[in-house]
Amino acid sequence: MNLSILDVLPWIEWIAASRLGQAMNTSTWAFAVIESIHLLALAVIGGAVLMVDLRLLGFGLRTQPIDQVARDAWPWFVRSWAVMIVTGLLLFSSEPLKLYYSTPFFWKMTCLLLGTLFAVSVRRKVTLTAEGRTSPVVLKLVGVVSLLLWFGVGAAGRWVGFSG
Amino acid sequence: MSLLPFCQWLAETPGSIALRESLYMYPLVESAHVLTLCLFLGMTIMFDLRLLGVTLTGVPMAEIRQRLGPWIAAGFVLMVTTGALLFYAIPVRSYQSLWFRIKVVALILAGLNAFVFHSGIDRRLAEWDRQCLPPPAARRAGAASLMLWAVIVVTGRMIAYKWFDCDRQPQPRIVNVLAGCVLPAPGARR
Repeated sequence: MNLSILDVLPWIEWIAASRLGQAMNTSTWAFAVIESIHLLALAVIGGAVLMVDLRLLGFGLRTQPIDQVARDAWPWFVRSWAVMIVTGLLLFSSEPLKLYYSTPFFWKMTCLLLGTLFAVSVRRKVTLTAEGRTSPVVLKLVGVVSLLLWFGVGAAGRWVGFSG
Repeated sequence: MSLLPFCQWLAETPGSIALRESLYMYPLVESAHVLTLCLFLGMTIMFDLRLLGVTLTGVPMAEIRQRLGPWIAAGFVLMVTTGALLFYAIPVRSYQSLWFRIKVVALILAGLNAFVFHSGIDRRLAEWDRQCLPPPAARRAGAASLMLWAVIVVTGRMIAYKWFDCDRQPQPRIVNVLAGCVLPAPGARR
């Protein structure tokens, strides 16, 4: 079986040579402006994730039903996630080869994939299930796992900028 | 009055030099400053969106204030502490940064906005506590807060770029004036 399709390096090189990649790489302002939008979306997604996870751990809006807090936070999570992905792809296109070989970037993408899958599966199911049907230990565990995964995305993301 | 001599003195203190030249401490403090965005600003944004009546509309405003307030306050302390350390590490360049100065002005305006909110419409919270759509004064405070914090985040990020630095001349006169650049007298040899 030919597995060469799994080799993403040619794609990375194609992005680097593309007009978008070249424009992002050579523009003085583009990277700075798009990174600022990336940061603004970070604040929103941070709020949307923290509000629910703190509630799962018994903090924050602890007098409100979990499913209500989760429902209110969800649209803001989805919107900020989409902005993060679009601006993130643009930032990626400015130096795709460097990021392809970056260890922190690899960890960031791993945590992002796991965090996203967790948010749309286990965490969503648990937060929308009627209260009392899930044991408090499971609720806390879900909150901790979610916090750790998203913290991993943020911390590794910050570290991408420091590693040559 | 210029704070430049103070910043120059601060830059020569052992702690400032140590933090500026550290291999890991400065990046760690900076990372903490950025990631605290999620806690401080994330919670503030949820608070402001509730003031605008677009989320958590079923939760009384007093409840939001009581439950999210401590997290916002804790995030703010962390923000100010790490921010002060970052300034302490690089005082002169920060003081003479156009972006940093805009950021400080926006921070003062955000503080004033919060003061006006808490000493005004927030005092009469009992009247609108459970309204899905808070009164106009509360909505104005929420909208102003969101806009000012967006300016603070963007200008804060821009401090890292050296486009308008004083040691990059020539700059437009307006940049030199606003950034407080001290230029050599005309005709002086560099």
